[in-house]
Amino acid sequence: MNMTAQDRSLLSRLFGARETGLVLIILTLFIIMSFASPHFLTWTNMRAMTMAFSVEAIVVVGMTILLISGGIDLSVGSVTALAMVIAGLLFLNGVNPWVASLIAIAACAGIGAVIGFFVTFVGLHHFIVTLGAMVIARGLCLLGTGGRPLGLFELPESFKWIGIGSIGVIPVAIVIFVIVVVAFDFLLRRTTAFRLVYYTGSNEKAAAYSGIRTKRVIFLTTVLCSTLCGVAGIIYMARFGSAQPTFGVGMELNVIAAAVIGGASLSGGKGTIFGAILGAILLSLVSSSLALLNVSVYWQDIIRGTILLAAVTFDHYLVKRQAAGGRA
Amino acid sequence: MTTAPPPLLELADIAKSFGAVRALRNGRFELRAGEIHALAGENGAGKSTLMNIIDGILQPDSGSIHIDGQPVRIDSPATAQGLGIGFVHQEIALCADISVAENIFMAETAQSRRRLMGGADLIARAAKVLAPLAAIDPRLPAGSLSISQQQLVEIAKALTLDCRILILDEPTAALTGHEAQKLFGIMRNLAARGMGIIYISHRMAEIFQNCDRVTVMRDGQHIRTDRTRDITPADVVNAMVGRQIDALYPAKLTGQRGPEILSVTKLTDRRYQDVSFALHRGEILGFAGLIGAGRSEIARGVTRLEGKARGEVRLYGEAVTLRDYADCIAKGIVYLSEDRKGDGLFLDLSIAANIAALDLSRIAGRGGVIDPARETEQAQRIGTSLKLKAASMAHPVVSLSGGNQQKVALAKLLAVEPKVIFLDEPTRGVDVGAKAEIHGILRGLAHSGVGVAVISSEMPELIGLCDRVLVVSEGRIAGELSGADLTETNIMTLAAPGALSGAMALSGTLP
Repeated sequence: MNMTAQDRSLLSRLFGARETGLVLIILTLFIIMSFASPHFLTWTNMRAMTMAFSVEAIVVVGMTILLISGGIDLSVGSVTALAMVIAGLLFLNGVNPWVASLIAIAACAGIGAVIGFFVTFVGLHHFIVTLGAMVIARGLCLLGTGGRPLGLFELPESFKWIGIGSIGVIPVAIVIFVIVVVAFDFLLRRTTAFRLVYYTGSNEKAAAYSGIRTKRVIFLTTVLCSTLCGVAGIIYMARFGSAQPTFGVGMELNVIAAAVIGGASLSGGKGTIFGAILGAILLSLVSSSLALLNVSVYWQDIIRGTILLAAVTFDHYLVKRQAAGGRA
Repeated sequence: MTTAPPPLLELADIAKSFGAVRALRNGRFELRAGEIHALAGENGAGKSTLMNIIDGILQPDSGSIHIDGQPVRIDSPATAQGLGIGFVHQEIALCADISVAENIFMAETAQSRRRLMGGADLIARAAKVLAPLAAIDPRLPAGSLSISQQQLVEIAKALTLDCRILILDEPTAALTGHEAQKLFGIMRNLAARGMGIIYISHRMAEIFQNCDRVTVMRDGQHIRTDRTRDITPADVVNAMVGRQIDALYPAKLTGQRGPEILSVTKLTDRRYQDVSFALHRGEILGFAGLIGAGRSEIARGVTRLEGKARGEVRLYGEAVTLRDYADCIAKGIVYLSEDRKGDGLFLDLSIAANIAALDLSRIAGRGGVIDPARETEQAQRIGTSLKLKAASMAHPVVSLSGGNQQKVALAKLLAVEPKVIFLDEPTRGVDVGAKAEIHGILRGLAHSGVGVAVISSEMPELIGLCDRVLVVSEGRIAGELSGADLTETNIMTLAAPGALSGAMALSGTLP
């Protein structure tokens, strides 16, 4: 399982050093698990594993872009649940499910706009504003549903298809995930509009001193993150056939952890979509591996936290060494 | 003669470097008990470095410090405090949200063994310390006071420390004349009780009216120490600035300067009033002035980076409306920040990304898709023209030396092919070689028709580089100097009015 120098350079060209490292760790874990558990390398398990993170990965995309711009969003779990609840309630009141979904996604964008307003115009910190939004959105979910899941048995098959259907052998949810990831990775790497996100997050003042309207950038990345939560919520609803007001509690931690393991920094200016998705894959792989190996669920959280700390510590020393090396 | 007691404080042969910059070469200072000793020198002469060494904020590379004849090592401000050294910094560092009284006794609180903050007692004691200085209610939060009141609180804070050595760094910069007089009264009282006071100031009148001795520093070296009654203000100014300008600078404009590129008329904002100037093709225009006089603010006002300046700006004779800095960039007016690391560069992004930041459309094709090849090519092209030394344009800027970082900051502006370029401290923190290169680049730009305006605190740079220098004082343009009139003494005279010119008139040696 040693990679040749050529393979490695190909990988490095495709991804950065961070992504390459993550790919190697994931491959290693993959190979070990193939030997450790007979159930691991089966189509059913692969499909289940991919499905498990594919929808959350859409939220990871939004969070990563927001982190790069220097922001953070703690409300992603609640807002995802709220999208489900809004679309579900509208559907139960006779609205076409597609229209209901668009309204729900627009509502999430609206929540993002409110957060963005408080951050950029009022001048509060993302952390505290989204903490408030997290609690309020969760409260709205419970208020709208009385705390009980909404059974949406009447959802048409054509709608449920986005959650449980397949194109050939590939589940639609995974197709959507791949499209979102590839599209945003390209946008972030190659377009001028998203380059401004890196400038703003790297040094907001220097960005302003480069003529960049930084408040607008931060506002829009905030709205984008909430909007992608809305999209994820709708896919979940189609998959579950119900709207669950308590869905996504603690999701923000998982999502932020994935982005940070993938190279994003809480101080902004750093991170890639591919890296963050690899982070999400790693976390998901570890979880399902531990489950297959019959490790207690309680251990899973401990191990996930440890991976996060290890990744951040590694990063910290890498950055310090870079800075010190460059001075010479 | 009887044998004098050892001086209260004595520093000898102090050297201190920051990377390649030698801030102090031969720092020497002697303070006697009971004297007020002025320390004078230009910005960058090494005064602050020397004082920070006394206060334990910085450690000298070599040299010795004696207090009462005993060698001491001052490794932290806490040690300095223990030795009886109090330092009132130029920058105000109060906690805005807590009361004046709590601010005054902050150090005492940190060291006290008592677990609870004092209440009425603390306020009464604060009131007692403040009484001779000003009528300030010690219960108010410090943030609610005016700048001059805050400065007085800073002084009160130092007075409570029971110190024997008191350093005051330009304490009167923010004070009114009346407040300053009160302060001098207190200083004389303290000195009479045996305290030694180091008084840093640009203002000759204050030095000659209130101080017993004066030490002049220049280029990190001790130049002279005299009793104020033995010398004239002119002697001090000459010692501060007297230096031959060498041929480190590129040749100046010969012949006629070209037509106006940029003209600014009656630019007014909070920090400056009625500023008018014109920048011509072929010349380098300098802005001189003391720190805080408004030089940088004017440049940032024209470029819409700061404040809401009123006034007229014309580019090639045509009035232009500039809404924000993005607008300025689009019209070709750019600004190089004085704080390269704080707001000039994206340190952790690549050199190429930094150079592209002002106008991404130059490296992008249809639909705003960035072409990495064009991005690298642009960085290499401009980098080569500036002799930028970097292994790869993909490396982060943080890996470069100060001089090369500054070239990236400059390249970032040149990438948009500007028509007018304001440079704020273009060679700060840059070693001598890169400095000369940057000066050469600026002269080349002026020669090629770009309007070049340089703001600098280094007078040799202004005199060596610029064809014409505007001196800014207290938010106004105090005068214009060029040709043979462009001397350090003339700049100083215009830059520090009232104080300096008053003293000059007194001594009768200068116009």
